[in-house]
Amino acid sequence: MNVLDCVEVKMHFPVGKRALLHAVDDVSFSIGEGESVGLVGESGCGKSTLARLITRMLDPTAGDIIYRGRNIGFIPSRSFAGTQFRRRIQMVFQDATDSLNPRHTAFDAIAEPVRRLGAAENLAAQVADAAHKVGLPEELLPRYPHQLSGGQKARVGIARAIVLLPDLLVLDEPTAALDVSVQATILRLLAELKASLGMSYLFVSHDLNVVRMLCDRVIVMYLGRIVEQGPAEELFLRPGHPYTRALVNAIPSIGGRPADREVLPGEPRSPINPDPNVCRFFGRCPQQRERCRKEAPLLRQVRPGVQLACHFA
Amino acid sequence: MSLLEVRDLSLEFRTRSGTVRALEHINLEVVKGETVGIVGESGSGKSVLCFAVLRILDAAARITSGSIAFAGMDVLRASESSLQQVRGREISMIFQNPRTALNPIRRVGRQIEDVLATHSATLREQLKPKAIEALAKVRIPDPDRRYLAYPFELSGGQCQRVMIALALACDPQLLIADEPTTGLDVTTQAAIMQLVSDLARERGMATILITHDLALASEYCDRIVVMHAGHVVETAPTAALFRAPAHPYTARLIASTPAPGQSIATLASVPGNLPDLRRADLPSCRFQERCERALPECVTDGLPTTIADSGHLVRCFNPL
Repeated sequence: MNVLDCVEVKMHFPVGKRALLHAVDDVSFSIGEGESVGLVGESGCGKSTLARLITRMLDPTAGDIIYRGRNIGFIPSRSFAGTQFRRRIQMVFQDATDSLNPRHTAFDAIAEPVRRLGAAENLAAQVADAAHKVGLPEELLPRYPHQLSGGQKARVGIARAIVLLPDLLVLDEPTAALDVSVQATILRLLAELKASLGMSYLFVSHDLNVVRMLCDRVIVMYLGRIVEQGPAEELFLRPGHPYTRALVNAIPSIGGRPADREVLPGEPRSPINPDPNVCRFFGRCPQQRERCRKEAPLLRQVRPGVQLACHFA
Repeated sequence: MSLLEVRDLSLEFRTRSGTVRALEHINLEVVKGETVGIVGESGSGKSVLCFAVLRILDAAARITSGSIAFAGMDVLRASESSLQQVRGREISMIFQNPRTALNPIRRVGRQIEDVLATHSATLREQLKPKAIEALAKVRIPDPDRRYLAYPFELSGGQCQRVMIALALACDPQLLIADEPTTGLDVTTQAAIMQLVSDLARERGMATILITHDLALASEYCDRIVVMHAGHVVETAPTAALFRAPAHPYTARLIASTPAPGQSIATLASVPGNLPDLRRADLPSCRFQERCERALPECVTDGLPTTIADSGHLVRCFNPL
């Protein structure tokens, strides 16, 4: 059984009179047992909204969010913390500096989920255990965030997410705020934790090189829709959708040449009341034709395990 | 001929908890038309160095030695009014976060007009067409309408384009871009970097690109300056730096930058953290405590400057 299945999940935010911002539109995907899935796309494409829907901090407009066969999409986000599912699905937030309470010590930050959702007996032992798992020295536990380095704060953020031993961890750009000098140690830690605790990951990131290292499968979103999903290596070596190609192409690399790069023209279309019959990538796509303006492509299987939403790919 | 020449610059911040020796014996040279990258971890002094060049330092900062010369002008001794002539007109800067650097309650077109009115001899009735032209030059679609937009109405990439339009409005000789694409998407980053390098080439403008992304620096810079904890540890032409890094810190940084198809197992990291720059007992090489190649003299002796190759300088007792 899959850990998570999303079926035609939609999130439309009302913005002004009869205008709806389609942040997430008909998104369907699954995360298998022990699998790590990368979610990439540019800012505003809906990846963070999707992460917040799955962690049940937002209520979807429509669609099913199924955790191990049980539909959790209907539980209102306000009462979700009172259910048994809260401790099974946890999140590591983007910037450890901004997401830690400056007036809580590292110990308090890690103890908070245990106090609220877990068994409070031998609290100290549970916190020490989580700190040990993420490689945070115990003598740092009484410290406040401003007394910790960036890498140490990232470890606190991960420790509090895993202290209740969740089986689905949603990571929102966990290394974006870190220097490359510590990035590798945090990535290695995440890979080890996944293996030792048997968790599944949804890894939200715009750093494609990092996604490629850590994920088995990658989902590419553009303007609220999935445009491509497939095995990580294959997606990078043989990107099928023109947007994925542009994304893979735009990653700078040591010794790379910007002249070889084709830059995407223009800006994304408006996500407010989008025309359902126009491809969302229309206007920026180097391969667009007449048909793209009349008929929006559906996500279809092109090879086993690879899905694409493009008429011409 | 060099446009900007920083010689032996040392700078400290006096704070309540001690003196932070933020920059020590910095040398930097930028020639007309070239792009120089300054790379290093956050906290290594990249931005402070550029603030010093524009002399827009915090009140707690003291320059304790050295000189900065820009196009024959002694920046550290110049009067505030002559510096005003230079800032924005001769040297301009793109800041890290365009949303916080732009005025949120003033239309972007007006903000460009402000720069033109302050720093150039543009006639009043010429301001609006010039501002629209500046927006068009940075390839903002529909510049007539965008002229009236407020920053919150624009995307992050468009805000950065407005910042670039502001910075380039007066045709400066030197552009300082402080992490111009951090926080932008890779696709937007590619477009912004292409724009900056195209405009620099057209105008023969020199650029200093501050970044912590070595891959980005490798693609756009002619020369790279590597900083660590307030020291310049290595300076080299881009190709030479990546082919044969001489300083152990540079080598580590390159190895910790993810390459396409790399596995986590082979990705390196730099052990330890930047040292506390308030310490009285800082070793003479500030990388010594993180370095595998450290020798006894790294702690006590004055750092040597070794020439590895033409234009390739390294400050290390035991270079690679």
